[in-house]
Amino acid sequence: MRLLDLPLNVQARLLSFDEVRAKLNQYGLYVGDAVRVLRIAPLGGPLLVEVNGRELALGRSVAEKILVELQ
Amino acid sequence: VRVALIGLPNCGKSTLFNQVAGYKAETGNFSGTTVTFTESRVRVAGEVIELVDLPGAYSLDEGSPAEKEAACYLDSRDVDVIINVADSTQLASALSLTLELVALNKPLILALNMVDEAARMGLHIDAEGLSRELIVPVLPLVASKGRGVKGLFIKALEVGRKKDEKIIESEIQNAEERHLLAIALAKKFVTQGERRIIWRDSLDNILLHPVWGYAIMLFVLFLFFQIVYGIGKLTEPPLLAFFTLLTEIVMSPFAANSLLAQIMLGVLQGIAAGVAIVLPYLVPFLLGLGVLEDVGYLPRVAFLMDAFMHRIGLHGKAIVPFILGYGCNVPAVMSTRTLEEPRDRYIAAALATLVPCAARLAVVFGLVAFYLGPVAAFALYIFNLFVIALTGKILSKMTAENSPGLIMEMPPYRVPTLKNVFGKSWFRVREFVVEAWPILIAGSAVLAILNYYNSADFFNTLVRPITWLLGLPAQVGVPLIFGILRKELSLVMLGQALGTSNFGKVLTSEQMLVYATFVMFYLPCLATLAVLRRELGTRAMLTISALTVIIAMIAALTVRGVAIIFL
Repeated sequence: MRLLDLPLNVQARLLSFDEVRAKLNQYGLYVGDAVRVLRIAPLGGPLLVEVNGRELALGRSVAEKILVELQ
Repeated sequence: VRVALIGLPNCGKSTLFNQVAGYKAETGNFSGTTVTFTESRVRVAGEVIELVDLPGAYSLDEGSPAEKEAACYLDSRDVDVIINVADSTQLASALSLTLELVALNKPLILALNMVDEAARMGLHIDAEGLSRELIVPVLPLVASKGRGVKGLFIKALEVGRKKDEKIIESEIQNAEERHLLAIALAKKFVTQGERRIIWRDSLDNILLHPVWGYAIMLFVLFLFFQIVYGIGKLTEPPLLAFFTLLTEIVMSPFAANSLLAQIMLGVLQGIAAGVAIVLPYLVPFLLGLGVLEDVGYLPRVAFLMDAFMHRIGLHGKAIVPFILGYGCNVPAVMSTRTLEEPRDRYIAAALATLVPCAARLAVVFGLVAFYLGPVAAFALYIFNLFVIALTGKILSKMTAENSPGLIMEMPPYRVPTLKNVFGKSWFRVREFVVEAWPILIAGSAVLAILNYYNSADFFNTLVRPITWLLGLPAQVGVPLIFGILRKELSLVMLGQALGTSNFGKVLTSEQMLVYATFVMFYLPCLATLAVLRRELGTRAMLTISALTVIIAMIAALTVRGVAIIFL
């Protein structure tokens, strides 16, 4: 499923990044990392996710390209 | 001995640097405050070292221009010791870079910063074990409180002196393997104990709330505005009165019409303007901005505003240049370096120059708020936001968007230290005092001479088409031209040009509003033009300049039209 569709506070694992891979790698995000969505901003705003103990804001256009699998 | 500080964004490199070198590098609780390196010669443990603060980097691979700068510095300069600053609360991420640095085979120390925060979160780090595994000294550090700083540098000197030939052949070549190894290392040497939950952990439930988050953001910004206005309003009149008195005393022995007397008067007015008109608003503004920056509120604003920023063709991260722009456009333009796409950098820089900086704040407050009340000033700021949004919309329509969207680190909230907030504010005030004030005083004196020889008319005639269109008196031409040097001059020299600092007597409400609006938008100051050129090139600087003049004309005419109808 897409990261965008992951329910709040459910642990998942990053599966693939599509074209945003290089960019996410730059931020220290890699396939296999554990991820959890903490909150979603309203009105098409970004997602706040937790990866490796860090919090990151990801725009929806980024989050829809990331695939995750439930653990 | 040259020592370089390197680490992930927002891990406290600049805080450590400032602890040793005094406040010289900008800090703030968000990624990308440092976009270029700062060097300083410092004396630590009896030795003089050349300390370098590098921009935050996730990796030495080329990424954003700020990261390139860090990698390039390590590559090209002769660095004797590298201090790798790591945020202890996020060791898994930090170690990835450490592994990359280990492979460089240069003297290296790993500094575990914010160990107090880590302890609060129940994280216990086995520094000795980590040190044995990496074959690198590992030392704990709390840079913000200065704990462990001295020991760190003594160790750094020791490591630098040894210059041993340990060559570790690292088998790991790619980033993904490094990342996995970093996570494994963190797992091995960090044990998670009980986490003490404190108020900061649940703050985001309110501050990022879909409804309350926005309400509080507006409230915070409004309160900030009110406090700046309140303090300025309280301190400006007594200071002005003091300088009026001083001027009378100093000027009494001179014949009023001599050239010398005119120059003296000009100089005094320049000094008075700096102290009485600019500082009352600048100082509280910078203190407030310092607190907001250090708490870590700015990335929250970026998070909340991302959806809106998309409407003007940018993403939330570009809000940081805007907010910094309210302090000064120069760091604002420089901070666009943290944006990855050249197109985003161009638009963000162009829009950042339209943000009324602290100097223009002085014009708006000293003129509009002082004579027409705070509501009028607030309305001008709202109007300014509207113009920026519209300009962004038009600019983004003209260029294809290719940015994947927002990717931004969300730092934990931190309690700002007084030392840092004052250090930072002083650093910025000093910039005004050292760089702007002399120009202000000299400008005032030059204007006095121009007045004496009646040559101000020449400049006034030069820009008369603009001032006439805007319904302003011809004399405002000179302050507008000098305003390109420093924006404060547009207010300070206005007094000189109109012959009185009581603007209420010589300008109508409509003229004050139109003048303030024009000053808000037209041409960035000289310093901003210089960074625009450095960051984006001469052509971009010229097009942005032309754009601002057009926008200023349209905006000022709009305000004039509205003022004619309603006032």
